Amino acid sequence: MKITQALHYFEYKTLFMVLLALLALTGITVSVSFIDLGKFNVWIALIIASTKGAIVLLFFMHMKYEGRVLVFSFLGTIFFLGIMISFTFWDVGFR
Amino acid sequence: METVKSFFETPSPARFKGIWSWLLTTDHKRIGLMYLFSILFWFLLAVLLGGVIRLELMFQGETFISAEVYNSLFTLHGVIMIFLFIIPALPAVFGNFFLPMQIGTDDVFFPKLNLLSWYLYMAGGIIAIISLFSDGFPDTGWTFYVPFSISTHTNVSTAVFAAFVLGIASMLTGLNFITTIHRMRKKQMGWMQIPLFTWSLYATSWVQLLATPVVSITLLLVIIERYVGVGLFDPSRGGDPILYQHLFWMYSHPAVYIMILPGMGVISEIIPVFSRKSIFGYKAIVASSMAIAIAGSLVWAHHMYTSGMSDTAIFVFSLLTFVVAIPSAIKVFSWVATLYKGSIQMTPPLFLALCFIYLFSVGGLTGLVLGAAGTDIYVHDTHFVVAHFHFTMFGGTGFAFFAALHYWWPKMFGRMYDFKKAYIGAILLTGGFMFHYVPMFILGLQGMPRRYFDYLPQYAKGNFFAGFGAAFMIIGIFLMVINLLITLRKPMDAKADPWGGTTLEWQTPSPPPLHNFVTEPCVLDYPYDFTGVVKKYSKNTKGE
Repeated sequence: MKITQALHYFEYKTLFMVLLALLALTGITVSVSFIDLGKFNVWIALIIASTKGAIVLLFFMHMKYEGRVLVFSFLGTIFFLGIMISFTFWDVGFR
Repeated sequence: METVKSFFETPSPARFKGIWSWLLTTDHKRIGLMYLFSILFWFLLAVLLGGVIRLELMFQGETFISAEVYNSLFTLHGVIMIFLFIIPALPAVFGNFFLPMQIGTDDVFFPKLNLLSWYLYMAGGIIAIISLFSDGFPDTGWTFYVPFSISTHTNVSTAVFAAFVLGIASMLTGLNFITTIHRMRKKQMGWMQIPLFTWSLYATSWVQLLATPVVSITLLLVIIERYVGVGLFDPSRGGDPILYQHLFWMYSHPAVYIMILPGMGVISEIIPVFSRKSIFGYKAIVASSMAIAIAGSLVWAHHMYTSGMSDTAIFVFSLLTFVVAIPSAIKVFSWVATLYKGSIQMTPPLFLALCFIYLFSVGGLTGLVLGAAGTDIYVHDTHFVVAHFHFTMFGGTGFAFFAALHYWWPKMFGRMYDFKKAYIGAILLTGGFMFHYVPMFILGLQGMPRRYFDYLPQYAKGNFFAGFGAAFMIIGIFLMVINLLITLRKPMDAKADPWGGTTLEWQTPSPPPLHNFVTEPCVLDYPYDFTGVVKKYSKNTKGE
């Protein structure tokens, strides 16, 4: 069966900007870890890591240009991950 | 059609001959058959191990194996049956062989990845064997619960690594199937024209893809704990032993749906064909497959009511567990409604499918006893759980596997088998099954714990009787398998459509050619429309 697929090409400039963003976010993660913000340290680290993951997915993994099926599939996996983590808190939170 | 060469005579890639035409093949049918024979090997081995366990339990005290060997044997039986038989059995064998055919295409989307999955499966099995001969097979049970799995001196790390490798094989198969169904269906085949077996594989594949990474990481954590001792599950170092159970069951409960969903798909194929009647509630069955996949992923902690989990979590997970019963019941009612006023033709696949409905229903209903927190606390970790699990997994998936084997055997090998021997085997299996597992329900309710090497005198009678059931069951299984295998010595005699099926795999010769179809298959507006089949059969009976 013949499969047709649109190919997406990125300019070097875009890829370079993504790389810069990832490096900058890594720098921020390291820097923030030296400041004592109490419980917010973890939240900040998680938010930065999620942002980095999102950038990698959108640009390096081409999710920005994919059809609805793949986007929904991906969001489905995130949804289930959310459930697995949050449902565990029914236990931990009320123990 | 008779002159077309089958896939047995046309290797793919064509340059390989002999054993290499199998070991390096990218043909989904050959890969499916390689899975079939490797899975059959593991299954029969684990059946015999189960027989040894049951023989030991027939009499009180040590009969012929020691307590340590007993612990390793039930672990080995569980690990082989779960990771090497039930999880891959239906998707890897029949999914590989029939999914592309049912959607009218010539192969899966990633044929080389498909072969890699088989090698990973074999590697996982070999690693499990290696662990047998290096410091002994684990005595933890197939659940590898901490803290015991971290502290025991047996070779947990190697066995756990075997399960990790098998998990990768399972994930890759799931990924391959999802992509194949999305990208390679015949253009005329809309989502509501996909056969129900393929639909069930689609639902299963998503669970494989989403849940397997959780257990893979968890098993690696066990290895890390054993070698490095980070303290992830150790309360004295800020860890949580119940966390392991959460992580383990996040996969392993959805995994029972990985095991049962394809079995339900098989039954949904067999029932309408031998009732000569369109399946009742096609859309409801499709929706219930997806609902089982989703709801089944939300109930993992019902295995943990007695582990020290919070009462709130027990309440929530108990409630959710009852929700899963609804889509399962929709399927059972739909199958029974399909049989109602159908023109039923009894054959070995239908017989096994009917046994499936009964045994699975008992397994499902006893599951509610375990899903309700109040009753579960009473029967938790007793033989009641063992009986329930075997009713759903063996009475369910195991019977579906044999039903599928008898249903599609003529298509896969082009040879019809002896019905009489198949019936005798199936009856021995079913009768033995009842004699084996019903006493376990009673023993469990009386309070006999599972996984115990010895028991109190009041449990002697039940264990003694269960042993006879096991013997009948084993004889039945071997009879059915031998009856099928001996057909390989006779010439190919099966018709393209020996049963009167309507899905696309019956529109091609038995066994199929390399690219599956000789002419473009015709997709029906409704996949279970038996109008043409009924006309054909009534013509034959009128002698036209």
